[in-house]
Amino acid sequence: MTNVNTIPFAHRHLLDIARLNAGDINQLLDLAESYASLSRTADKKQSVLSGKTQINLFYENSTRTRTSFELAGKRLGADVINMSVGSSSVKKGETLIDTAMTLNAMHPDVLVIRHSDSGAPHLLSQKVDCAVINGGDGSHEHPTQALLDALTIRRRKGRLEGLIVAICGDIQHSRVARSNIALLNIMGARVRVVGPTTLVPPNAAKMGVEVYHKMSDGLKDADIVMMLRLQTERMQGSFVPSVREYFHFFGLDKDKLTHAKPDALIMHPGPMNRGVEIDSEIADDLNISAISEQVEMGVAIRMACLDLLTRKAG
Amino acid sequence: MTLPVHALVNARLLDPATSTDEMGGLLIQDGKILDWGSHIRNEGLPEQATIEDCQGFCLAPGLVDAHAYLCEPGKEHRETMATAGMAAAAGGVTTMNAFPATEPVIDDPALVEMVSRRAKNTCAVNVCITGALTKGLLGAEMAEFGLLAQAGVVAISDGQFAIGNINLMRRALAYASMFDLPIIVHAEEPALASGGVMTGGRTATFMGLKSIPNCSEAILVERDIRLVEMTGARWHAAHLSTADALDTIRRAKDKGLPVTAGTAPHYHALNDLELGEYRTFARVSPPLREEEQRLAVIEALKDGTLDVISSQHLPQSADSKRVPFAQAKPGVIGLETMLPVSLRLYHNKDIELLTLLHRMTVAPAKLLGLDAGRLKNGAAADIILFDPEKPWQVDGDALKSKSKNTAFDGHLLQGRVMKTFVDGTVVFEL
Repeated sequence: MTNVNTIPFAHRHLLDIARLNAGDINQLLDLAESYASLSRTADKKQSVLSGKTQINLFYENSTRTRTSFELAGKRLGADVINMSVGSSSVKKGETLIDTAMTLNAMHPDVLVIRHSDSGAPHLLSQKVDCAVINGGDGSHEHPTQALLDALTIRRRKGRLEGLIVAICGDIQHSRVARSNIALLNIMGARVRVVGPTTLVPPNAAKMGVEVYHKMSDGLKDADIVMMLRLQTERMQGSFVPSVREYFHFFGLDKDKLTHAKPDALIMHPGPMNRGVEIDSEIADDLNISAISEQVEMGVAIRMACLDLLTRKAG
Repeated sequence: MTLPVHALVNARLLDPATSTDEMGGLLIQDGKILDWGSHIRNEGLPEQATIEDCQGFCLAPGLVDAHAYLCEPGKEHRETMATAGMAAAAGGVTTMNAFPATEPVIDDPALVEMVSRRAKNTCAVNVCITGALTKGLLGAEMAEFGLLAQAGVVAISDGQFAIGNINLMRRALAYASMFDLPIIVHAEEPALASGGVMTGGRTATFMGLKSIPNCSEAILVERDIRLVEMTGARWHAAHLSTADALDTIRRAKDKGLPVTAGTAPHYHALNDLELGEYRTFARVSPPLREEEQRLAVIEALKDGTLDVISSQHLPQSADSKRVPFAQAKPGVIGLETMLPVSLRLYHNKDIELLTLLHRMTVAPAKLLGLDAGRLKNGAAADIILFDPEKPWQVDGDALKSKSKNTAFDGHLLQGRVMKTFVDGTVVFEL
């Protein structure tokens, strides 16, 4: 335990899962495990980030992720500033790099950025002196989501290696899917993607996954069923014909779930569209659904990320 | 108790699926084909079989028409299931594929069930249904292909409307491929065809009508084939009429793409001179082309580039045809004349009889995934008896369709259906 809490992390930023290896991931998960325990105690506060400044830079609205990062920083004793840039500087014509330079001058220790453009955190990381955490960029990656999913799975199943994980829904536009595919592949799980042909990238198989367009096939013997949120603007006419058709063929209900293993774990990054991608009967069944636990592990993972990325090597 | 057997003997048996062309007979029992072949003769028939001498006429599978507008519900003043059924039976069509341009449009699974039920109750021949590609045929949002497929549609199409939005077409193809549904397209680039009423060329110039260039067809075919290459979806061009588009189909087929194409009798039998005197009854979409394009269509039917001949039966009321040419609605009826008009190709020695029948039986059945269009023991006895030589003159008013907008009114044709059976029951007799 002492090692976990003191060894430095091999990376300066957390921009994507792809550049981590199994050791990095295990280090993050192990530390997060201890923070998960801490969060369940009465006195949740620590001082490992005391005196440090964390800026949450959200170009896209997100209550959940922003709150989770804010809570994580505060539990570790950091000074946390939330900046919703979308409504202020951008409108005044300030570019991302302008913002980065301005923030950098304030000497933060860690910047958490969410942006609607893929690659924005990478650009930011080249312009600032502090650690940058990708809080979700476009359709590219959402690394802390994949890490919290991995932690949830590991706690429930005891391992990641060898598990069959079916990621279902809008793969094409999902940063959650891309991060999870990368992480699960690194950790030796067997990943499947399941979705309509219009929402699965044509070259999906090249990401190291098996591709299915029928839930019954994709869910067969799955240990984990990871549902993705379908954005309503994608529902009408363009990618899928209607909510009722989507739910009929790709919404997770008890009937489709029978194809998975009897002890399959259901996950969803939230917020859920009930009756679109998941039936309430399943979402609310605590015996099979890990959705609340994912939220809890989110705080723990983000604490671990903030902690490790602000440690100085040597 | 043994069910009665009906024996059709002394017939020229024609089955394109097995390349059969021989004298023989066929036995019908309980609405199904019990047996058929050269061994069925007057002797050795089951006891108490009723025997019918076919007098050497051709006995063939009933035609499968891949493309017809039945107008019910909503446009019953033009055609009903019942009148279309009578026209089909008289033309030797035992299965027809109803297109979704009804009111309301067939873009909802509940409507598929209603139309199927209505067809079963009132139509003399089998009806299968093509669902809409876009909601309301408006070209904006994909219809619910999956639910339509579960309700029983055999294909997806927006009928006479081409899809101008390439992204929509891309997604429609990708989405339809999940359900193995063919998408049937009207191959005419909408912007190029906009406002045009006849094909570009000498005749249009003389007549002073706004024309549609030939390339409007090839451009859309080229575009869609690129998308087929990307998505792997099944794609069928409903009615091709130009050499360039046919060349594109040839290349796509050479590449092994899941592409098929069809045409209609008026494209291989008529050219744009038919529009002389501003004959609105010959106004169709795409328009009748110049002679060299017509010859290219025949060539493509011969070499298999064109898989299917369908009627493109599109009833229009007299009111919508008896107007100045540019205001007339496009479309002709074709169920009753489909076979006799196409037999011209046989009489002109352009195409073998079996090949010609193949384009109207096995090929459309395969396109639509139907167990029809061939003589097969145990299959429904959907068969026709026709005399390929019988001469007759088309009288539009005497045709059985409710609308009379035939382009062949007054034409002399050679060949006529004598009798049509559906499920072993006679539904038409001349």
